Order: sequence, then C-alpha cells, then structure tokens
Amino acid sequence: MTLLLVVEQGLNGLQFGVMLFLMAAGLTLVFGIMNLVNLAHGSLYMVGAYLATAFVAWTGSFVLGVVLSLLATLVVGVLVELIALRTLYERDHLDQVLATFGLLLFFNELIAILWGRAAIYTPTPAAFAGYVELWPRLRYPTYRAVVILVGLAVAALLYVVVTRTRLGMLIRAGASNRTMVGALGVNIRLLYTVVFGGGAVLAGLAGLMAGPIYAVQPGMGEQILIQVFVVIVIGGIGSIRGALVGAILVGMVDTLGRAFLRPLLSTMVSPNAADAAGPALASILIYVLMAAVLFLRPQGLFPARG
Amino acid sequence: MRHPSRTIVLALGLLVLVLVPPAAAALNAPFYIDLFRRMMIFAIAALSLDLILGYGGMVSFGHAVYLGIGAYAVGILAFYGVDNGFLQWAVAIAASAVVALVIGAISIRTSGVSFIMITLAFAQMLYYLGISLETYGGDNGMPLRTRSQFAGLIDLRDPYAFYYLVLALLVLFLVLGHRIVNARFGMVIRAAKSNEPRARAIGFSPFRYKLTAFVLAGGACGLAGALLANQTEYLTPDFMHWTRSGEIMFMVILGGMGTLVGPVVGAIVLLGLEDVLSAVTEHWQIILGPFLVGVVLFAKRGLFGLLPGEVARDG
Repeated sequence: MTLLLVVEQGLNGLQFGVMLFLMAAGLTLVFGIMNLVNLAHGSLYMVGAYLATAFVAWTGSFVLGVVLSLLATLVVGVLVELIALRTLYERDHLDQVLATFGLLLFFNELIAILWGRAAIYTPTPAAFAGYVELWPRLRYPTYRAVVILVGLAVAALLYVVVTRTRLGMLIRAGASNRTMVGALGVNIRLLYTVVFGGGAVLAGLAGLMAGPIYAVQPGMGEQILIQVFVVIVIGGIGSIRGALVGAILVGMVDTLGRAFLRPLLSTMVSPNAADAAGPALASILIYVLMAAVLFLRPQGLFPARG
Repeated sequence: MRHPSRTIVLALGLLVLVLVPPAAAALNAPFYIDLFRRMMIFAIAALSLDLILGYGGMVSFGHAVYLGIGAYAVGILAFYGVDNGFLQWAVAIAASAVVALVIGAISIRTSGVSFIMITLAFAQMLYYLGISLETYGGDNGMPLRTRSQFAGLIDLRDPYAFYYLVLALLVLFLVLGHRIVNARFGMVIRAAKSNEPRARAIGFSPFRYKLTAFVLAGGACGLAGALLANQTEYLTPDFMHWTRSGEIMFMVILGGMGTLVGPVVGAIVLLGLEDVLSAVTEHWQIILGPFLVGVVLFAKRGLFGLLPGEVARDG
C-alpha cells in the first residue's frame, strides 16, 4: 500500500463524492423546500446519461451533445414536475414515495424499451482521454480529474447562487419556512418548478459525467439514488452545505473502504477471512456511517431548519 | 369490518381461496395453485407491514428484509442438513424479530423522511450482506436443498397440503391481526400514529409500543420469508431488494391501508395484475408504474377501502 495508491484512491473518492453532491444538491433542495421525497431523482440521472450518449453519437460533437442532453433533461424534469409531482406536495411522505416509485418503474422500463436492458457503451470524450501527471509518478485519468473540477465548480457556483442572489435567498427562505415565503407574496409554484428544474439539470449532469466511468443501463439511477439518500440524511435534509460535506464523506468512505478494507483486514485476520469479510464490510460501511450519524444527531450534521 | 359488504367480500374471498386448488385441478392448470400460494405468502408479508404502516404510521421502506432473513434462515439451515421445519421456521421468525428489534430501536428514534431513509438504508445493508455471502451463492443465490420437513405431519412437496397450510396461516394472521389492532396494544399504536404528543400526554410511552409492533411485524414477515423459500425452492438476495419493499408497500396501499383485509386484496390484485400483464408484454412495468401513480393520486383508500364501511379516522 504505497502513498501514491492512497492519493489516487483519495482522488477517486473525491470524484465519486462530487458526483454524489451533484445529485444530492437537487434532491436535498426538493426535500427541504417542497417537502417532497423524490425517488425518481435517480431516473433523471439515468435519463441524462442515456441522452448524453445518444446526442453525442448523433451530433458527433461532445460539447453539442452535452448541451442538448442537459436541456433535454431539464425539459423532462420540468414535465415530470408539472404533470405528476405538483399534486404530491401537499400529500404525506408515503404517497410521495409510492408515486415516485411508480415513476421510477416507468422510466426504467421506458429506457429498456428504447435502448434495451444491456449496458450501452459510452466513450470517453477524446479531449479528456489519457492521463495528467499531477505529481512526478502520479498519473491520474484526465477524465476523472475533469469530473472533479466540474463538480467543485458547480459547488462553488451553487454557493454563490444560494448565498448571493435573490433566487438563493428565496431558496433558503423556502427551506426554513415555506408557508411564510408564500404568505409574503412569492410565486411559490414558480419557485418549485425552478428548483426542481435546476435539480434535474444537476442530476442530468451527474448522469452524463457518469457515462464513461460507470455502466449506463436501466436501473443505474437507483444504485446511486440510495447512496444519495445516505448523503442527505448524513448532511441534514435541506442543507446544501450538508449535502457537500455528506457527499465527500460518503464518497471517500465508500471508495477508500472498497480499496483498502480487505488489505487492512488481511493484516489482522487470515487472508481467507479478509477475502470474505472485506467486500461485505466495504459495501455496508456508508450505511453504518449513516446509522451512527442518525443515532447521534437525528437531524443530520447541518440541519437546514433550526 | 362491521359493514355487511365488507364481511361479504371477506367471506367470498376466503371461499374463492379455498376453492382454488380443486378448480385448478379441474381445469388442469396446476400453475394457479402456485400463483395463489405465492399471492397468499405476499399477503402475509403485506399484512405484517400494514400493522406498522397502516395502524402504526411507520413508513418502513425496508420490509422485504425480513422476507430475505426468513428465507435465508430456512435455506442456510437446509444447507447444513437441518431440514426440520419446526426448527427452521422458528429460527426464521426469531432471526427476523431480532433484526427488527435492532433496526426498530435505532430508526424509531427518528420520524418522517429520516425514518423512511434509515429503514431503507438498513435494508440495503442486509441486501449487500446477502450478496457478499459467497458460501450461500452470493449474488446468484442458491437452491433450497429440500423443502421443510414436518416429521410426517404435513408434506410440503404435496402442492395441496402446502397450499392449505399457507391459507391456514393467512387466516391465523388475519385473526391475530384483528385481535391485536382492537386490543389495548393496538389502540396505543393507533393513538401514537394519529397524535403522538397526546398519546404521551395521557401517559403512554409510544416508543415501546411502536418497537413491539415493529418486532411483531418483522417476525411475521420472517415467517412469510420461510414460506417463500419453500415456495420458490430458491433464495437470492433479491428477496431483500428495495424494489421488493416498495412492492409490498404498494400491496398495502392498493388494497387499503389500515384495514386487515386490504393488504390481502392488494397482494392478490398486484400479483395477479403482474401475471396478466407479463403475459401481454415483457415491458409490463411501463403499465404498472403509471397505474401505481394513479392509485396513489386517485384511490388513496385502496380497493377494499372503496367499499362502504368505516373510514379509518386516524388516516
């Protein structure tokens, strides 16, 4: 276990963390402001990945493909909000969970009909192929480095939007007291649609960046969705800052756990036992973390509502 | 359940379930015995979820875990040559109840969205644990070596005997459920659902009651898991997948949450619908998904709840 390997896995953890953040930011705002549990958020991630793959292949241009797929994901997100989710805001969480579960089944099947159930291949854009040398002897895939940079840039942008703009002020106000914001004459429906659309674009962005790294297949959204839930519960529902901290934490714990838990265990117990227990422990590590956080701080690390 | 139309539906439903095996034999379609047995097993699972969801107001999104634990208890014991059904099923119930105790003790401290998330997270945890059990088939699961043996009392390899055993257990759980929800204990969890501060103010500590209900539901669902293992003669981590939890939850809502017969109706209708739709198209979920959305938006009381009768006032 060399230092280089640790740094490399740490970067992978950061990369996974920023992708989780892109998903978590939208989801936590939808939770915080509209009080909506949206299981279909993972579907937008999947839609983003498929549309990006299709548009890049169709236009032959990476940039054009990205722009088109983000716009298309925005349209899909806004349509979903207008058609199905609007009626759910006033319902209880159980209704929301079930209705969005239905949406998720629908999207998975729709994608399976259009593209088949097998994973489709998404090439790494040519401009980001190869490696960058971050340090002598430390070569890191350019594409993953770009993902990290884009993720951090979006986080910075969100920070500015939320803390420095009028829209951000409304979002924060909405997260702490929805009724009051409505009573003060803000068009809360429009705000909901804007926030949901924004969340959809971020999920689509995460999806399109995930394409070349992970398998693009129906159901890809659920796997990350549940990890994103872990992120927002740890971070505190409705809090962007919590989402960022939670995402990096979960990304790191998950990635480093998968990489180093088995070798670490094999220094303590027999290699066979380590082979058996290592992967199992690594895959449940984030859930243990979440249970621990909830046990100690049921409201999460950075609760949005005092 | 006092209203005549509901009693009639219940009686007719039971009669139909009793008549399924002879009818299937007469029509030379043994497949239907299998299908209806499966429906009843899921009905038990849905019924157990309804105790905490419909009556206790706890939106547990990981109820399929107990199906998995019950199934794995049977499968693992059989793997080591222990095929005594009494022991297997007792272990299935006990193991599920213990897991429910741990999950419940942690998650009932939270409420609302956090409760949904944490039960989901625990379910994922156990799902991944199931995947990592390489000895017991890991990802792919493993076949059940032999169906549970009951010392010659009942032979589960006989489809009729197995069918009527499941039916008897379902009726037993309906009766037990009726006793529980109308007993003092049931009143307390219903009170805690409709207004927890008030329940506390009149001197109850809802936590213990809710936890007990959670454990009871887990144990009952564990038995459903033991039955499911015998039904499919195969066990996989997929029993615990969160979409399975969603399906069981949907059965409860579809039939009518907070009623005892509702979950049974829901399980039968949903699995029946899946069977019919999957014969029509491979992509049946594209119909099922919007159907689910429609039920939630427009038929909140569920199919059984649409019948005239008492409305769950604490709903």
